[in-house]
Amino acid sequence: MMMNKALLSKSNFPVFDVYKDLVYLDNSATQQKPKSVVDAVNTYYYEQNANPLRGLYDLSVKATDAYEDSREKVRGFIGAKSVKEIIFTRNASESLNLVAYSWGRANIITGDEILVAVSEHHSDLLPWQLLAKEKGAKLNYLECDEFGEYTIDAFRAALTPKTKLFAIAQISNVFGRVNPIKEFAQICHENGTIIVCDGAQSVPHIPVDVQSLDVDFLAFSGHKMLAPMGIGVLYGRKELLEKMPPFLSGGEMIEYVTREGATYAELPHKFEAGTVNVGGAVGLAAAIDYINELGFDAIEQRENELTELAFNEMKKIPHIHIIGADNAADHHGILTFTIDGVHPHDIAAIFDADNVAIRAGHHCAQPLHQHLGVQSTTRMSLAFYNDEQDIERFIATLKTIRRRMGYDG
Amino acid sequence: MTDSFYGEVLADHNLHPLHRHDMPCATHVCKGLNPTCGDDIELHLDIHDGIITDGSFTGIGCAISQASADIMLELIIGKTPEQAKYYTALFRRMISGEITEDELEELEEAGALQNVSKMPARVKCALLSWNTMEKLLDGGDS
Repeated sequence: MMMNKALLSKSNFPVFDVYKDLVYLDNSATQQKPKSVVDAVNTYYYEQNANPLRGLYDLSVKATDAYEDSREKVRGFIGAKSVKEIIFTRNASESLNLVAYSWGRANIITGDEILVAVSEHHSDLLPWQLLAKEKGAKLNYLECDEFGEYTIDAFRAALTPKTKLFAIAQISNVFGRVNPIKEFAQICHENGTIIVCDGAQSVPHIPVDVQSLDVDFLAFSGHKMLAPMGIGVLYGRKELLEKMPPFLSGGEMIEYVTREGATYAELPHKFEAGTVNVGGAVGLAAAIDYINELGFDAIEQRENELTELAFNEMKKIPHIHIIGADNAADHHGILTFTIDGVHPHDIAAIFDADNVAIRAGHHCAQPLHQHLGVQSTTRMSLAFYNDEQDIERFIATLKTIRRRMGYDG
Repeated sequence: MTDSFYGEVLADHNLHPLHRHDMPCATHVCKGLNPTCGDDIELHLDIHDGIITDGSFTGIGCAISQASADIMLELIIGKTPEQAKYYTALFRRMISGEITEDELEELEEAGALQNVSKMPARVKCALLSWNTMEKLLDGGDS
């Protein structure tokens, strides 16, 4: 395993040269970009830019190679069998919509059931809600306990012979807990159910291998893993993708078009209509290089250390309640909390005044907040490039909040 | 409490509101929702013979929205609906940073929310109760 610990440092991220005093703890929303990623995108646009996949000249071939090399890099990163199973999208939301529109519209019929984990981000809930409504299918929820845990027993009980599809995140963006995807996938397949895994919060932080997990689909976003905004990935099992109709239609996804009809390009191009985001794909490949060179051992070790530090300090402060597991190891850099008597908007405003960026609200997971019986929460989410000083600044502000809202203690 | 984040007036109205309670027999009730943050309030007014004789609010919100609702009710109880609408217009102009010193005095304690004009993310919080009152006075909900 490669491990270049110099890559843990904030000094690789130019944004912190500009905002020297910024404590950035909103990494689950989006991560900052290392210089190597931005440089790779620049190099592509300065030296290799042309419309890929169709030009019959040298520069277009370079652009095509840059794009397809990035696809191969993604394939290796998540352990897919074939590059045909790697579809570039804009982000995880688009990837999930692709499955809902293409696989969903072709396979879900009236009376079918779709099972969705209650903690899902709206992007892994609304596509299924719309699909269920449109097809007259039933949308069921898999409920978690107060610690954010989904048990195998509860899952077996929620699954019925009619359950055609199950959607769940590998790591919830509110709890930070890793869900037992591999076990769920095995049970799904025994039941003839397709499993869709939202990897937006897991792929940047833990090693993910689609063959080992045995999921049917995996969606993730580049921007949450050091890469530019506007590039995302859908992994799909080849046998499924081959049978699915196109999602968007247009250029670059066709083989032959007549006035009456068309035949579609082979995988993965069938699902990539229009001129594609080569710069984004190149940036994603550079991000994967960065992660690989640093190594997930180093990333996980660092993120777990910082999570534990923050968790232990938060537990010492009265009136703070952490949502989810009561141990740091099950949070993976995501600490969502409430403070007695203080609304998350006010919490965020005070953190902002102290130059600490955190997130307040329902984190695009309103059904979960209803399930937990809280209106809204505050979330700090860290990445390997955060350091002890960031956590100390976060804790220092956290300790002052009730006093600054006018409470005595 | 020298480091009070929003100042004493807002902190006090947030922590010790005078008008935060239910009014089951109110003549008028209207709901207000801030969809971006999920906050909602319910505004209750008693209007008799063209005068707002009493009012209250219930619901959930941040300190700015709660203090704004409490201060608003303090200002408009005892006034006519027309005067309440006049204050609403003044308050909106204050939040937009377009108010004169004299007008600011008319708003009394609501002037403590003037700084919201420099906090664009919080404008909706400050306006929630005022928008809800305007909707109520224009015949919204019941």
